[in-house]
Amino acid sequence: MKSKKERPNRPALALHVPEPGARPGDEVDFSHIAIPPAGSVVRPDIAARPDEMRDLAYTLVRVLDEEGKAVGPWDPRLDPDTLRRMLRDMMLVRVYDDRMYRAQRQGKTSFYMKSTGEEAVAVAAAHALDREDMCFPTYRQQGLLVARDYPLTEMMCQVYSNKGDKLKGRQLPIMYSDRARGFFSISGNLGTQYPQAVGWAMASAIKGDSRIAAGWIGDGATAEGDFHNACTFAAVYRAPVILNIVNNQWAISTFSGIAGEELTTFAARAIGYGIPGLRVDGNDALAVYAATSWAADRARSNLGPTIIELFTYRVEGHSTSDDPSAYRPQGAGAKWPLGDPIQRLKGHLVALGEWDEERDRQLLDQLGEEVRTAQKESEKLGTLGNGHYDDVSSLFEDVFEELPWHLREQRDQALAEAEAKR
Amino acid sequence: MPAMNMIEALGSAHDVMMERDPSVVVFGEDVGYFGGVFRVTAGLQKKYGKTRVFDAPIAEGGIAGTAIGMALYGLRPVFEIQFADYIFPGFDQIFSEASRIRYRSAAEWAVPLVIRSPYGGGIFGGQTHSQSPEAFFAHMPGVKTVIPSNPYDAKGLLIAAIEDNDPVLFFEPKRIYNGPFDGFYERPVTPWAKHPLAEVPEGYYTVPLGKAAVAREGNDVTILAYGTMVHVALATAEAEGVDAEVIDLRTIVPVDIEAIEASVKKTGRCVVLHEATRTAGFGAELAALVQERCFYHLEAPVVRVTGFDTPYPHSLEWTYFPGPARLGPALRKALED
Repeated sequence: MKSKKERPNRPALALHVPEPGARPGDEVDFSHIAIPPAGSVVRPDIAARPDEMRDLAYTLVRVLDEEGKAVGPWDPRLDPDTLRRMLRDMMLVRVYDDRMYRAQRQGKTSFYMKSTGEEAVAVAAAHALDREDMCFPTYRQQGLLVARDYPLTEMMCQVYSNKGDKLKGRQLPIMYSDRARGFFSISGNLGTQYPQAVGWAMASAIKGDSRIAAGWIGDGATAEGDFHNACTFAAVYRAPVILNIVNNQWAISTFSGIAGEELTTFAARAIGYGIPGLRVDGNDALAVYAATSWAADRARSNLGPTIIELFTYRVEGHSTSDDPSAYRPQGAGAKWPLGDPIQRLKGHLVALGEWDEERDRQLLDQLGEEVRTAQKESEKLGTLGNGHYDDVSSLFEDVFEELPWHLREQRDQALAEAEAKR
Repeated sequence: MPAMNMIEALGSAHDVMMERDPSVVVFGEDVGYFGGVFRVTAGLQKKYGKTRVFDAPIAEGGIAGTAIGMALYGLRPVFEIQFADYIFPGFDQIFSEASRIRYRSAAEWAVPLVIRSPYGGGIFGGQTHSQSPEAFFAHMPGVKTVIPSNPYDAKGLLIAAIEDNDPVLFFEPKRIYNGPFDGFYERPVTPWAKHPLAEVPEGYYTVPLGKAAVAREGNDVTILAYGTMVHVALATAEAEGVDAEVIDLRTIVPVDIEAIEASVKKTGRCVVLHEATRTAGFGAELAALVQERCFYHLEAPVVRVTGFDTPYPHSLEWTYFPGPARLGPALRKALED
């Protein structure tokens, strides 16, 4: 072994810390993002071997072209009613988000998270899945609930933690749960839902069921061990599951390079596991629908899991507690080269002659009215500041199926404290 | 009734429940074809098939996470963490997820699952095959923690755990898998065969969770113990000629407070015994409960007898282990104070 003196010319080692292309004050520049033309990516047979479709992890599956036409082999050929329904759901999510964001600013709840620019990711997937398929979302897929007709009043009651909140005021706003609509209770610990989605899918296969599972995770949380655990188990047991990665470029203030995207793609994570990995234009509702359908067909045919990276952009802040102008150029979302998912689907319907500005305005008014009515209804049951869920003994319910002695004692103590305050 | 050791009794519990309930599935590292490194699941894959009994990747977080998903679907997964020392990669899924899913969803969802894990030392397993991490789980709302001390209880408690609708941690003291080791490590090992609690019915029965057993009635001092330590307590009381009452807690969450109170109020003295490290160990909780509820009946301070606050050693195993050499003087102190 040589000593250090004998090799004086080696460079000092240097740690690489990834840095995004633009910071506040810089010009927004998305020119490094390669965007293949819509319709240019092949659509393999669902039975093709994962190692024959590795290219799909490095490109972008796109259906809607610049003129609003649906082109290429991934065109899901949806009827106008389905397209209009998807447009309506996406528009409703945006109206609802704006309303709840304002409610938070008015002090009616503690926290809110908008999904602006990411509506297609959830809504189009929900339409491509069967109603009975099970969803394991993370915190920005409110579109799944809207697409599955969860009443807006119920959603708002959860946001307000009020007397109508079926979660008894226990969860942070937006951490919805609705078993009836196959929407699993959202955790706040990122990535935990991913192996759970795989386990649910394994159980469905164990029982010879026909339902599949779908999970969603953000680009940032793909760095969690749970992401890799989920991929390992899904691949090993060929679980009937769709593993969606919503790559919206930002994990609070941290750009996707810190999650490991600098020299590869998130979809390419799939390759090492022997899972097909699709990289999809997440702002193209038809591409999201087509990729989800393809993955669902694979899962239902016992061909195993699919990883879908939905390439999109988080237009707004992470949450109401976040100010993105502190770490990225202002207005970056408006310059996102893949556009706005609602405008793109609307443009497609207009190009088909199935939609126009007048109908669009009418629908927007109608959705605004729906949301306002739901808000009035839910606020009758209180808001976080005023009339929140306040049944003291409920604090101790559901820790276990039955109340053990120590929680019984603690409940009595809490009730006595509440009594003393009166 | 056949005599079974702990391993056979636990295997029998699996067999009974897999036969009775098609939603029971069993998986974990090496548990499938091979039947587990301690052989608890031997023969199950052959009998119930690969989709109900299977090997898992070495990823405890993935095992726990997928088991939760299976439970959400409606199965009753019983999974093995090969050594309790390996449970920590799965800790987040147990602590942040399994334990709270019922609560955070206001009972819209529940996760009935059992986490089985061989635990404890005395087998020259060194610092990664000997630990007793029960206190981490006792501190966790929403999870029950069970630790059997003999074949009869092991089978009945495991069946009750599988039938329970809450997540249950089931720690199996591996030192007593084959015989009731009592801490006198220089003596030859006694097998379970002749022990009365090794008479295990072949069929279905349960031992209720949350209920302690009086392993030995006595009048002068109460020893609170579980797992291997029950046998250490019995043998040490015998060797010291002390009329101790030995309470085998069997479940530490929820703990059987009535049994503890009744015994300590009778004897007026209490020694708390466990193999895990001392600081913030479950013994601290027991000592606090006893002084809160039995203070005016106590004739002497509650004494804790535990492992030392060090990692579990290899060569100095018997220096660490809270055996008769540590319990004996503690009993004398509790009686003399």
